[in-house]
Amino acid sequence: MKKRRAFSTAITIGALVFFHAPLVVLVVNSFNTSRFGLTWDGFTLKWYEELFRNREVLAALWRTLKIALLATPVAAVLGTLAALALHRHRSRLQQAHMLMVQLPLVIPELLMGFSLLLFFVATGWQLGMTTIWIAHVTFCISFVTMVMLARLQDFDFTLLDAARDLGASRWQAARRVLLPLLWPGVLASALLSFTLSIDDFVITFFVSGPGTTTLPVQIYSMMKLSRSMPVINALSALLLLATIVLVMSSHILIRPRRS
Amino acid sequence: MKRKGTGASAAEWQLTLPSLGWLLVFFAAPSLIIFVISFRTADVTGGIGGEWTLTHWRAWSDPHLLALLWRTVWISLAATALCLLIAVPMAWFMAGCSAFWRNAILLLVIIPFWTNFLIRVFAWKAILHSEGALVGVLRSLHLLGAGDTLLYTPAAVLLVLVYAHLPFAILPLYAAAEKFDFTLMDAARDLGASATRAFFSVFIPGIRGGIGAACLMVFVPVLGSYLIPDLVGGQASDMIGNRIAQRAFADRNLPEASALASGLALAVMVAALWIWRRQSAEVKA
Repeated sequence: MKKRRAFSTAITIGALVFFHAPLVVLVVNSFNTSRFGLTWDGFTLKWYEELFRNREVLAALWRTLKIALLATPVAAVLGTLAALALHRHRSRLQQAHMLMVQLPLVIPELLMGFSLLLFFVATGWQLGMTTIWIAHVTFCISFVTMVMLARLQDFDFTLLDAARDLGASRWQAARRVLLPLLWPGVLASALLSFTLSIDDFVITFFVSGPGTTTLPVQIYSMMKLSRSMPVINALSALLLLATIVLVMSSHILIRPRRS
Repeated sequence: MKRKGTGASAAEWQLTLPSLGWLLVFFAAPSLIIFVISFRTADVTGGIGGEWTLTHWRAWSDPHLLALLWRTVWISLAATALCLLIAVPMAWFMAGCSAFWRNAILLLVIIPFWTNFLIRVFAWKAILHSEGALVGVLRSLHLLGAGDTLLYTPAAVLLVLVYAHLPFAILPLYAAAEKFDFTLMDAARDLGASATRAFFSVFIPGIRGGIGAACLMVFVPVLGSYLIPDLVGGQASDMIGNRIAQRAFADRNLPEASALASGLALAVMVAALWIWRRQSAEVKA
């Protein structure tokens, strides 16, 4: 028994090192004077300076944030409504609904991106900010729904009935009782949607048109050209930091009720 | 307005319609369009022609494409197997930890899970690069010949695929292991089973729901991977996703890309249904 524990401990530690070592190397190298990161040639901030002087990157960052800010609230509303429907009702309709919500989570991103591209080409839709926005809302809905469904598990729906008994209309009960109680969950899932939106590459790559490069698409083309590798390190380090902050905040928002 | 005839109330429709409507228009319809367009002719300007044809589906009899498909399947199977080999002992370990360590490890698994996919692939590209640190170390230890490279090989693709999808295996397996009743292991040991025997005959069947979910969450996305073979793989490690992207962008032949994507979609559906059927059959048994 002892031996098996030693084995699983080693695997776990190994896997955690495997997970984080590449990210650590990346962040360290973003401060490394050496171009290839083979050796440590001293501390520098020049890659960050170069990054902030890069107009293309800044324009792409601005577009990325704009899309995330526009897609997140729509996905949060649609996903929350979906979760309420799925939680409260058990019907054929909800079975189909659940399938539609869960499929995008499993299907390869490539298929989703390609199918949206075809859809936009077939319907004569010009590729651009709108098509990216539609795609982002679409894949964020599923995540919001799943997070909200988990939150609704410990939501006490008798509170709503109580409000109704005390004379509140359905709308009043929803706004005054349901919404304040669900708010932390909605915010947490919105933060996750925001993270997904700013991080997405594959789907965005398919549905973006000329002049609508988002940050991940920009990073990809920089990587493909294999130029300015240390600048990508710096950009990645910043994006990494942003993701950690967003995910941690979302985590904290979901947490407190449990403890 | 749809009313009671369908069995759903007006209130239910009001809650359901926004998300369901959106997903039907922007998820279900586009997915079905792939199949329709795969039977259309290509138009010289890169659009979709007006006539029906079977030409693009005939591409599937091309031996090169079948080789590519075979490579895609074996890489996906290997990645799934490797993920399970790492994730099952990890889930076992985590389930036996105190609440503090469980949460700490879970957080360490979730951080890379949420980190930008592109960045994680890029981090590996830098590590495996011929002028990167790892190649230097391996060369000085004579584990790697002077002319050998790590990047742009099928092994690199497999490594990064496992790296990117491991959290998808760990999370469902951990959820299953957490619910597993560990006193069953003591019972098996008391009845004379060896530790290994108890592990394989009691623990593994006990978490099979998690194993099924992990297989689905790893195998299906890997089957459609495009970015990883594109960035760390070479000619010899292209997967079906790369061919689809090539037809869609470089050649701008959308109907042909659709025929390939339809094949991938069918493969995904078969794999998902098979895993799902096995699981529901086991739950019933």
